Amino acid sequence: MTGQAARAVWAAVAGAMFGAGLLLAGMTRPEKVIGFLDVGGAWDPALMFVMVGAIGVHLVAYRLIRRRSSPLLDGRFHVPTRRDLDGRLLAGAAIFGVGWGLAGFCPGPALVAAVSAESALIFVAAMAIGMVIQRVTAGGERS
Amino acid sequence: MAMSSVLVPLAGGALIGLAASMLLLIHGRVAGVSGILGELLTAPGERTWRLAFILGLVAAGVVGAAVAPAAIGASPASKAGVVIAGLLVGFGTRTGGGCTSGHGVCGISRLSPRSLVATVVFIAAAMITVAVVRALGGWS
Repeated sequence: MTGQAARAVWAAVAGAMFGAGLLLAGMTRPEKVIGFLDVGGAWDPALMFVMVGAIGVHLVAYRLIRRRSSPLLDGRFHVPTRRDLDGRLLAGAAIFGVGWGLAGFCPGPALVAAVSAESALIFVAAMAIGMVIQRVTAGGERS
Repeated sequence: MAMSSVLVPLAGGALIGLAASMLLLIHGRVAGVSGILGELLTAPGERTWRLAFILGLVAAGVVGAAVAPAAIGASPASKAGVVIAGLLVGFGTRTGGGCTSGHGVCGISRLSPRSLVATVVFIAAAMITVAVVRALGGWS
Protein backbone atom coordinates (compact mmCIF):
# COMPACT_ATOMS: atom_id res chain seq x y z
CA MET A 1 0.00 0.00 0.00
CA THR A 2 1.38 3.44 -0.89
CA GLY A 3 1.69 6.09 1.79
CA GLN A 4 -1.26 7.99 0.34
CA ALA A 5 -3.52 4.91 0.38
CA ALA A 6 -2.47 3.93 3.92
CA ARG A 7 -3.15 7.48 5.10
CA ALA A 8 -6.62 7.37 3.53
CA VAL A 9 -7.49 3.99 5.05
CA TRP A 10 -6.37 4.98 8.55
CA ALA A 11 -8.17 8.33 8.31
CA ALA A 12 -11.37 6.48 7.38
CA VAL A 13 -10.90 4.13 10.35
CA ALA A 14 -10.35 7.10 12.69
CA GLY A 15 -13.43 8.86 11.25
CA ALA A 16 -15.59 5.75 11.69
CA MET A 17 -14.36 5.31 15.26
CA PHE A 18 -15.02 8.99 15.97
CA GLY A 19 -18.53 8.58 14.53
CA ALA A 20 -19.19 5.45 16.60
CA GLY A 21 -18.16 7.41 19.70
CA LEU A 22 -20.55 10.24 18.82
CA LEU A 23 -23.40 7.73 18.34
CA LEU A 24 -22.68 5.98 21.64
CA ALA A 25 -22.35 9.33 23.40
CA GLY A 26 -25.81 10.49 22.33
CA MET A 27 -24.41 13.45 20.37
CA THR A 28 -26.39 12.42 17.27
CA ARG A 29 -29.70 13.07 19.09
CA PRO A 30 -30.30 16.85 18.93
CA GLU A 31 -33.01 16.61 21.63
CA LYS A 32 -30.41 15.16 24.02
CA VAL A 33 -27.86 17.85 23.11
CA ILE A 34 -30.46 20.56 23.68
CA GLY A 35 -31.29 18.88 27.01
CA PHE A 36 -27.65 19.36 28.02
CA LEU A 37 -27.75 23.01 26.95
CA ASP A 38 -31.08 23.61 28.73
CA VAL A 39 -29.61 24.64 32.09
CA GLY A 40 -32.72 26.67 32.95
CA GLY A 41 -35.04 23.73 32.25
CA ALA A 42 -34.77 19.95 32.67
CA TRP A 43 -30.97 19.90 32.50
CA ASP A 44 -29.47 16.59 31.34
CA PRO A 45 -25.79 16.48 32.40
CA ALA A 46 -24.97 13.30 30.40
CA LEU A 47 -22.99 15.09 27.71
CA MET A 48 -20.62 16.45 30.34
CA PHE A 49 -19.42 12.88 30.76
CA VAL A 50 -18.76 12.70 27.02
CA MET A 51 -16.34 15.61 27.39
CA VAL A 52 -14.77 14.01 30.46
CA GLY A 53 -14.25 10.70 28.64
CA ALA A 54 -12.89 12.26 25.46
CA ILE A 55 -10.56 14.74 27.16
CA GLY A 56 -9.50 12.14 29.74
CA VAL A 57 -8.24 9.81 27.03
CA HIS A 58 -6.82 12.42 24.66
CA LEU A 59 -5.07 14.48 27.34
CA VAL A 60 -2.92 11.49 28.28
CA ALA A 61 -2.52 10.13 24.74
CA TYR A 62 -1.56 13.59 23.40
CA ARG A 63 1.39 13.84 25.80
CA LEU A 64 2.59 10.32 24.99
CA ILE A 65 2.25 10.80 21.22
CA ARG A 66 4.04 14.18 21.23
CA ARG A 67 7.14 12.49 22.66
CA ARG A 68 7.68 11.20 19.13
CA SER A 69 9.57 13.42 16.70
CA SER A 70 6.94 12.81 14.00
CA PRO A 71 3.67 10.94 13.41
CA LEU A 72 3.73 7.48 11.79
CA LEU A 73 2.61 8.49 8.29
CA ASP A 74 3.60 12.15 8.03
CA GLY A 75 6.85 14.08 8.33
CA ARG A 76 5.64 16.36 11.11
CA PHE A 77 2.82 17.18 13.52
CA HIS A 78 0.28 19.73 12.23
CA VAL A 79 -0.89 21.11 15.59
CA PRO A 80 -1.87 24.76 16.25
CA THR A 81 0.58 26.65 18.45
CA ARG A 82 -1.16 30.03 18.83
CA ARG A 83 -2.02 30.90 22.42
CA ASP A 84 -3.29 34.52 22.13
CA LEU A 85 -6.99 35.40 22.20
CA ASP A 86 -8.50 37.59 19.50
CA GLY A 87 -11.87 38.92 18.38
CA ARG A 88 -12.22 36.40 15.55
CA LEU A 89 -11.89 33.48 17.97
CA LEU A 90 -14.52 34.90 20.35
CA ALA A 91 -16.95 36.04 17.62
CA GLY A 92 -16.61 32.76 15.71
CA ALA A 93 -17.19 30.67 18.83
CA ALA A 94 -20.26 32.75 19.76
CA ILE A 95 -21.76 32.45 16.25
CA PHE A 96 -21.13 28.69 16.27
CA GLY A 97 -22.76 28.40 19.71
CA VAL A 98 -25.95 30.13 18.55
CA GLY A 99 -26.26 27.71 15.62
CA TRP A 100 -25.50 24.71 17.83
CA GLY A 101 -28.21 25.69 20.34
CA LEU A 102 -30.73 26.46 17.60
CA ALA A 103 -30.54 23.05 15.86
CA GLY A 104 -28.87 20.77 18.41
CA PHE A 105 -26.31 19.67 15.82
CA CYS A 106 -22.60 20.44 15.73
CA PRO A 107 -20.45 19.46 12.70
CA GLY A 108 -19.42 15.87 13.58
CA PRO A 109 -22.79 14.53 14.71
CA ALA A 110 -24.54 16.23 11.78
CA LEU A 111 -22.28 14.37 9.31
CA VAL A 112 -22.93 11.08 11.14
CA ALA A 113 -26.70 11.66 11.07
CA ALA A 114 -26.83 13.09 7.53
CA VAL A 115 -27.69 9.83 5.74
CA SER A 116 -30.66 8.93 7.96
CA ALA A 117 -32.06 12.23 9.30
CA GLU A 118 -33.28 14.74 6.72
CA SER A 119 -32.75 17.67 9.10
CA ALA A 120 -29.09 16.66 9.51
CA LEU A 121 -28.60 16.54 5.73
CA ILE A 122 -30.12 20.02 5.34
CA PHE A 123 -27.93 21.21 8.21
CA VAL A 124 -24.77 19.80 6.58
CA ALA A 125 -25.59 21.46 3.24
CA ALA A 126 -26.16 24.84 4.95
CA MET A 127 -23.01 24.36 7.04
CA ALA A 128 -20.94 23.70 3.91
CA ILE A 129 -22.33 26.91 2.35
CA GLY A 130 -21.51 28.81 5.56
CA MET A 131 -17.93 27.52 5.40
CA VAL A 132 -17.53 28.63 1.79
CA ILE A 133 -19.07 32.06 2.57
CA GLN A 134 -16.57 32.43 5.43
CA ARG A 135 -13.63 31.64 3.16
CA VAL A 136 -14.83 34.03 0.43
CA THR A 137 -15.54 36.91 2.84
CA ALA A 138 -12.35 36.39 4.85
CA GLY A 139 -10.34 36.29 1.61
CA GLY A 140 -6.89 34.83 2.00
CA GLU A 141 -6.90 35.28 5.76
CA ARG A 142 -6.65 31.91 7.50
CA SER A 143 -8.37 31.19 10.78
CA MET B 1 -29.40 8.93 37.94
CA ALA B 2 -28.79 5.45 36.53
CA MET B 3 -25.22 4.19 36.29
CA SER B 4 -25.59 3.69 32.53
CA SER B 5 -26.42 7.36 32.03
CA VAL B 6 -22.87 8.08 33.21
CA LEU B 7 -20.98 5.07 31.84
CA VAL B 8 -22.40 5.07 28.30
CA PRO B 9 -21.56 8.76 27.61
CA LEU B 10 -18.16 8.21 29.25
CA ALA B 11 -17.49 5.24 26.94
CA GLY B 12 -18.66 7.21 23.91
CA GLY B 13 -16.38 10.06 24.91
CA ALA B 14 -13.45 7.69 25.42
CA LEU B 15 -13.97 6.31 21.91
CA ILE B 16 -13.94 9.88 20.54
CA GLY B 17 -10.71 10.57 22.44
CA LEU B 18 -9.18 7.36 21.12
CA ALA B 19 -10.09 8.23 17.52
CA ALA B 20 -8.57 11.70 17.94
CA SER B 21 -5.42 10.10 19.35
CA MET B 22 -5.22 7.76 16.39
CA LEU B 23 -5.41 10.63 13.88
CA LEU B 24 -2.67 12.44 15.82
CA LEU B 25 -0.39 9.40 16.07
CA ILE B 26 -0.77 8.32 12.45
CA HIS B 27 -1.38 11.59 10.55
CA GLY B 28 -0.15 14.18 13.03
CA ARG B 29 -3.49 15.95 12.62
CA VAL B 30 -6.06 17.49 14.93
CA ALA B 31 -9.42 15.68 14.78
CA GLY B 32 -11.42 18.88 14.35
CA VAL B 33 -14.41 18.08 12.19
CA SER B 34 -15.17 21.67 11.09
CA GLY B 35 -11.52 22.18 10.16
CA ILE B 36 -11.29 18.92 8.22
CA LEU B 37 -14.53 19.57 6.31
CA GLY B 38 -13.82 23.29 5.82
CA GLU B 39 -10.32 22.69 4.44
CA LEU B 40 -11.67 19.89 2.23
CA LEU B 41 -14.20 22.36 0.76
CA THR B 42 -12.02 25.44 0.45
CA ALA B 43 -8.31 24.59 0.49
CA PRO B 44 -6.19 22.92 -2.19
CA GLY B 45 -4.21 19.78 -1.37
CA GLU B 46 -4.37 17.21 1.47
CA ARG B 47 -7.79 16.21 0.15
CA THR B 48 -7.54 12.40 0.34
CA TRP B 49 -7.20 11.83 4.10
CA ARG B 50 -9.72 14.59 4.83
CA LEU B 51 -12.32 13.06 2.51
CA ALA B 52 -11.58 9.61 3.98
CA PHE B 53 -12.12 10.86 7.54
CA ILE B 54 -15.45 12.49 6.58
CA LEU B 55 -16.55 9.31 4.76
CA GLY B 56 -15.65 7.34 7.91
CA LEU B 57 -17.98 9.56 9.94
CA VAL B 58 -20.77 9.11 7.38
CA ALA B 59 -20.19 5.33 7.29
CA ALA B 60 -20.51 5.15 11.09
CA GLY B 61 -23.88 6.86 10.66
CA VAL B 62 -25.01 4.35 8.03
CA VAL B 63 -24.11 1.40 10.29
CA GLY B 64 -25.54 3.18 13.34
CA ALA B 65 -28.87 3.80 11.62
CA ALA B 66 -29.08 0.09 10.76
CA VAL B 67 -28.14 -1.40 14.14
CA ALA B 68 -29.39 1.30 16.55
CA PRO B 69 -31.85 3.63 14.77
CA ALA B 70 -32.82 5.31 18.06
CA ALA B 71 -29.27 6.67 18.38
CA ILE B 72 -29.94 9.15 15.56
CA GLY B 73 -32.53 11.86 15.92
CA ALA B 74 -33.91 14.78 13.97
CA SER B 75 -33.52 18.42 14.95
CA PRO B 76 -36.55 19.90 16.69
CA ALA B 77 -36.00 23.12 14.74
CA SER B 78 -38.07 24.05 11.69
CA LYS B 79 -36.54 23.62 8.23
CA ALA B 80 -35.73 27.35 8.10
CA GLY B 81 -34.27 27.15 11.61
CA VAL B 82 -32.03 24.24 10.57
CA VAL B 83 -30.80 26.16 7.52
CA ILE B 84 -29.98 29.25 9.59
CA ALA B 85 -28.29 27.08 12.24
CA GLY B 86 -26.19 25.30 9.61
CA LEU B 87 -25.07 28.58 8.05
CA LEU B 88 -24.12 29.96 11.49
CA VAL B 89 -22.24 26.78 12.46
CA GLY B 90 -20.33 26.69 9.16
CA PHE B 91 -19.43 30.38 9.25
CA GLY B 92 -18.77 30.50 13.00
CA THR B 93 -16.57 27.42 13.26
CA ARG B 94 -14.38 28.56 10.38
CA THR B 95 -14.11 32.07 11.84
CA GLY B 96 -13.29 30.77 15.31
CA GLY B 97 -11.02 28.01 14.02
CA GLY B 98 -12.83 25.04 15.48
CA CYS B 99 -15.90 23.35 16.93
CA THR B 100 -16.77 20.90 19.68
CA SER B 101 -14.15 18.42 18.49
CA GLY B 102 -11.23 20.66 17.50
CA HIS B 103 -11.50 23.15 20.37
CA GLY B 104 -13.64 21.21 22.87
CA VAL B 105 -11.80 17.87 22.80
CA CYS B 106 -8.43 18.25 21.05
CA GLY B 107 -7.62 21.83 22.09
CA ILE B 108 -8.56 21.42 25.74
CA SER B 109 -6.53 18.18 25.83
CA ARG B 110 -3.53 20.24 24.62
CA LEU B 111 -4.32 22.77 27.40
CA SER B 112 -4.64 25.47 24.71
CA PRO B 113 -5.95 28.72 26.23
CA ARG B 114 -7.58 29.64 22.88
CA SER B 115 -9.53 26.39 22.80
CA LEU B 116 -10.51 26.60 26.45
CA VAL B 117 -11.92 30.13 25.98
CA ALA B 118 -13.62 29.21 22.67
CA THR B 119 -15.29 26.20 24.32
CA VAL B 120 -16.59 28.28 27.23
CA VAL B 121 -17.92 30.88 24.75
CA PHE B 122 -19.68 28.44 22.40
CA ILE B 123 -21.26 26.43 25.21
CA ALA B 124 -22.45 29.66 26.89
CA ALA B 125 -23.81 31.01 23.58
CA ALA B 126 -25.60 27.70 22.93
CA MET B 127 -27.11 27.67 26.45
CA ILE B 128 -28.34 31.26 26.05
CA THR B 129 -29.80 30.39 22.62
CA VAL B 130 -31.70 27.41 24.07
CA ALA B 131 -33.02 29.60 26.91
CA VAL B 132 -34.16 32.27 24.42
CA VAL B 133 -35.88 29.73 22.14
CA ARG B 134 -37.62 28.24 25.18
CA ALA B 135 -38.74 31.70 26.34
CA LEU B 136 -40.15 32.40 22.87
CA GLY B 137 -42.28 29.25 23.04
CA GLY B 138 -39.97 26.43 21.99
CA TRP B 139 -38.98 24.95 18.64
CA SER B 140 -42.34 23.84 17.21
